[in-house]
Amino acid sequence: MSDITVSGVTPGRTEHPASTAEVAEILRAAAAAGESVIPTGAGTKLSWGNPPTSADILLDLSALDQVSEHASGDLIATVGAGMPLARLNEHVATAGQRLALDEAVPGATVGGALATNTSGPLRMLAGTMRDLLIGVTMVRADGVVAKAGGKVVKNVAGYDVGKLLVGSMGTLAVVTEATFRLHPVPQGRRWVSVAARDAAHAAELTQAVLHSQTVPSALEVDATADGTRVDVLVEGRPEGVAGRTAVLSGLLPGAETSDQPPAGWGRYPWDDATASHVGVKVTFRLSGLADVVAAAGGLGMRGSAGVGVAYVAVPAERGIAEIRAVLARLRETAGRHGGSTVVLDAPQAIKEELDLWGPVPALDLMRRVKDEFDPDHRLSPGRFVGGI
Amino acid sequence: MGLTPLETLIRRARALLPEDGVITDHARLRTYECDGLAHYRVTPALVVIPETAEQLAAIVRCCAELQIPYVARGSGTGLSGGSLPHAEGVLVVTSRLRAIKEVRREDQRAVVEPGVINLDVTRAATPVGYYYAPDPSSQQVCSIGGNVAENSGGAHCLKYGFTTNHVLAAELVAADGDRVRLGGDAPDSPGYDLLGAVVGSEGTLGIVTEVTVRLVRLPEKVVTLLVGFDSTDRAGAAVSAIIAAGIVPAAIEMMDALAIEAAEAAVHCGYPDGAGAVLVIELDGPAAEVDAEYADVVRLCGETGAFEIRTAKTPEERFLIWKGRKSAFAAVGRISPDYIVQDGVIPRTALPEVLRAITELSERSGVRVANVFHAGDGNLHPLVLFDDAVPGAGEAAEEVSRGILDLCLQHGGSITGEHGVGADKAAHMPKMYAAEDLDTMQLVRCAFDPDRISNPGKIFPTPRLCGERPGRRQGAHPLQEAGVAEVF
Repeated sequence: MSDITVSGVTPGRTEHPASTAEVAEILRAAAAAGESVIPTGAGTKLSWGNPPTSADILLDLSALDQVSEHASGDLIATVGAGMPLARLNEHVATAGQRLALDEAVPGATVGGALATNTSGPLRMLAGTMRDLLIGVTMVRADGVVAKAGGKVVKNVAGYDVGKLLVGSMGTLAVVTEATFRLHPVPQGRRWVSVAARDAAHAAELTQAVLHSQTVPSALEVDATADGTRVDVLVEGRPEGVAGRTAVLSGLLPGAETSDQPPAGWGRYPWDDATASHVGVKVTFRLSGLADVVAAAGGLGMRGSAGVGVAYVAVPAERGIAEIRAVLARLRETAGRHGGSTVVLDAPQAIKEELDLWGPVPALDLMRRVKDEFDPDHRLSPGRFVGGI
Repeated sequence: MGLTPLETLIRRARALLPEDGVITDHARLRTYECDGLAHYRVTPALVVIPETAEQLAAIVRCCAELQIPYVARGSGTGLSGGSLPHAEGVLVVTSRLRAIKEVRREDQRAVVEPGVINLDVTRAATPVGYYYAPDPSSQQVCSIGGNVAENSGGAHCLKYGFTTNHVLAAELVAADGDRVRLGGDAPDSPGYDLLGAVVGSEGTLGIVTEVTVRLVRLPEKVVTLLVGFDSTDRAGAAVSAIIAAGIVPAAIEMMDALAIEAAEAAVHCGYPDGAGAVLVIELDGPAAEVDAEYADVVRLCGETGAFEIRTAKTPEERFLIWKGRKSAFAAVGRISPDYIVQDGVIPRTALPEVLRAITELSERSGVRVANVFHAGDGNLHPLVLFDDAVPGAGEAAEEVSRGILDLCLQHGGSITGEHGVGADKAAHMPKMYAAEDLDTMQLVRCAFDPDRISNPGKIFPTPRLCGERPGRRQGAHPLQEAGVAEVF
């Protein structure tokens, strides 16, 4: 017995397959025995989501950590789901390339990032996992191995099943291998940072940057008790970066520039704290930024203001009533601005008292998808929206 | 009552829609018998042209109740027969759902109905400094609904991505007639990314009645180059050199000698004399960035053997460069009475090898092939030329066209990069995907449309019986054995 738990639930046993074929074998046996299976990579987000209703097998995919192919001339790479994101990026960096997806949770694997759809500041440039994933190998609940997509960036043959798997928290199939489009590592990068007076001012500066001709790779807002900062990243050829930095400095009076990221860049605000927190993700239309910053209030928020995503850390010690009130306030604000409020992570006792997802449109259709892929509800049962 | 299901549907449609929104007259039905892929023709049993999402949903609900298949059609410009009608079914035309509901600069979003023409979204956003990035060559006539169904690309998707990267939300009329919202104004809606599955599903998962798209800031500077090479090999080497230098141009298009000849004959675009290949390269973005990239691109083209590098100095010159490229398909009509437009994808680095193999295939068969393609992302559009008046020529062209797809698959590519599978390529799907892969895709179909009434017969060569336990089927499909299901 290990001491690993999935949101407080201890798995019956852990399997360590080293290939897609071994995963298939385990899933066929589990299907025959009616056992539940929870895939995991580095285990960095096993506390996310609802507690599973059953956890017979923890399927540790960390041994599937090979680079199957890196076709640098084609800017694609195929890797095992257990490959850490950081290691993938070290590998492709040798050819001057990168997977333009931030390692939001240190140590996370490709498969874990795919299952939870994590992202960071670079999403403004290159989108999220759904925009970078071009092919996937999966093992279904019945043990059947299937592929979707391919290894060319442009491909419209058949359904894009890969997109369904992104963010599905291991409830539809077990991803064993993924193919990504890569981007060139830019020759130059520069951060431009400025202090904003308040939420409204931060929103004003954000809009100014959005409508400018500077094409930032990232546009972040970091609001804390000490003040609110707008941080912009520009990347490209050195001459281009210099020109764009100058334009941004004009747009953001008093801005400072640096070739190093500002403190906390790309980290969840709760990563900086030692005490336990409820980690909340808020999404909103771009014009809703000031209201979201205001709704977070003294708790502060940090996130990709340029795309409408923010993260809020609520100290667990505040107590359930206050946490609920914060969540309700954020949910009302995000809802007013076309977005949602989701609890990513929280101490187990608190999580059980909260609605993690809030309203989920099209939930019936989602249940039907789940029923087709996993009719016996044995893959990560209960961890996802609506108890899926 | 004695009415057939179709008669019942016609009666209900007449009650729901204005008089000219229900077409039953055979001669008028025949005007809808094909889309942009004109050699497939089926006359639909009924055509309806709703004016509101409510009307469209009501029609689909009737279809579900009466188990009558339906096919959605936008502008009918698709090149894979995706909106080829069903002989016993209804063709649901979305062209009257054409309101641009919102253009919100502050959110970088527009909300449009499916019948809105692609270019009109850009026209509506341009006054506030924005545009809609996906730009299929047919953008002056194709509809957003069709773009969503096909996950349309275009010349600029190398840098900006496809329709799926630009659609944030949609209202879908599901196969049971229910209206569901997928995605949202804000990113990362909780739950499964159903929208990601719907975009590119070729109308088999339902019909979208409202689409929220991302608007992109108009670039500060655009530079368009026309570069002449003596061979496609040299042009291909230039493309590889540009990509290897870490430059992502907005577009890199290639045309070979035969395609250039056709374009010259049709639109007098003034491409370099005697070129074995031309590249159309476009750089866009912040002026400082574009200037730096431009210097590198000119140097790299020179190093790889370009004999002429022309940079558009005026919008008119830029227009003329693009006119040659965008009119290439139709232009081929000037040099050949008939032609097949193929659409396949290869890894970009396989370009020289595959082009040589296409040349061999062409020489061996005596069938001429003109090559036009999105070189940056390896999306080939070979135009296979033939004269249908010559006995056997059509079949020979078909064979060459199929051979080209086989070449794409041998090199790890795809049977379609942007035109879709539709009716045309369903039979090729098993060459690209294993039975298990197709079966898995059809699990999605079963969730959305278990009765398979939404655009049946497209994409998949063999239907899956929904509700069946996955992975336990052996032999032929029961419906197929019973002679009920069609096999393509």
